[in-house]
Amino acid sequence: MALIDLANPTRFLNFANRALPWLGGLTVLVFAFAINQAMVAPDDYQQGATVKIMFLHVPGAWLGMVGWGLMTVAALGTLVWRHPLADVTAKAVAPIGAAFTLLCLITGSLWGRPMWGTYWVWDARLTSVLVLLLLYLGVIALWRTVEDPSRAARAAAILTLVGAIDLPIIKFSVDWWNTLHQPASVFRFGGPTIHPAILIPLSLMALAFTLLFVTLALAAMRNEILRRRVRTLRLMQASATS
Amino acid sequence: MEASTHIGFIIAAYAAAIAIVGGLTAWVMLDYRVQLRSLADLDRKGVARRAAPTTKQAKEDA
Repeated sequence: MALIDLANPTRFLNFANRALPWLGGLTVLVFAFAINQAMVAPDDYQQGATVKIMFLHVPGAWLGMVGWGLMTVAALGTLVWRHPLADVTAKAVAPIGAAFTLLCLITGSLWGRPMWGTYWVWDARLTSVLVLLLLYLGVIALWRTVEDPSRAARAAAILTLVGAIDLPIIKFSVDWWNTLHQPASVFRFGGPTIHPAILIPLSLMALAFTLLFVTLALAAMRNEILRRRVRTLRLMQASATS
Repeated sequence: MEASTHIGFIIAAYAAAIAIVGGLTAWVMLDYRVQLRSLADLDRKGVARRAAPTTKQAKEDA
C-alpha cells in the first residue's frame, strides 16, 4: 500500500485495524525489556538512584514536543493542502501530547525536589514546557467548543502554528537563559555526554514510549474517523426525520 | 547518595507514569467501544453511509 492511499479514511481504517494489534504487542515487548534495563541501570555518581526518574522524564519531554511538531505539520496539511486526515491527526494527537507533557512536568517536579531542593521554579525551561501544556489544553478546548469540525480544525490549526514558536524556545531555553535545568546532554553537537550504562536504558525507554505514542495516536485517529461517521449518520438521520 | 533517601520520589514518578499512560490507554480503548456501539445503533436503525463499512465489518477488521 502506497502512503498516499492512507489519505482515504476507509483505507486508513483498514490499515489501522491491521497494524494496531502488532504495534500494541511490540510496544508491550519493548516496554518489558526497557523497564528491565532501566531497573538494573547503575546509579548516577551525582544524582544517585533518582536518575531512574530520567527514564520517564526525558521520553515524556521528547514526545510532548514531538506531538506538537506533528500537530504543526498537520496544521499545514489542514490550512494549505486540505489533506483529509490532517485535522483528524491534529485532533487525535492533542490529548496524547498533552498527557506526555504532563508526565514530563510531574516527573521533572519529583526529580527536582531531591536534586534542586524545590518542586518548581519559574525558569525558562520549566515555564516554556508549562506553556506547551497550556497550549495543548487550549487546542483541546477549541476542538470541544466549536461544533463544526472543519471550522474547529482551522481555528485549532492557527493556534497550533502560533504555538509552534514555543518548541525552539523549549529546546534552546537552557542555552539562552540561566536556568536550574541542565543543558542538552543527548541531542547535542559533539555527541551525548551520558555514560552508555545510562544512555542505553534511556534510549530503550524512549523507543518504548515512542511506540506507545504511535500506537495511541493511530488508535485515536481511528476513533476520530469513526466519530465523524457517527456524526454524519446522525445528521443524515435527523434530516430524514425532519 | 543513598537510594533509600529518595525512593519515595522514584516510586511517585513511576506511579504517576502508570496512572497517566494507563488512563490514556483506557480512554482511547473506551472511546473506540463507544464509537462502535454508536455505529451499531445507527446500523440497527437502518441509517448507513454508501461506502462506509458496517459495524460487523469494522469488528471483523479489528
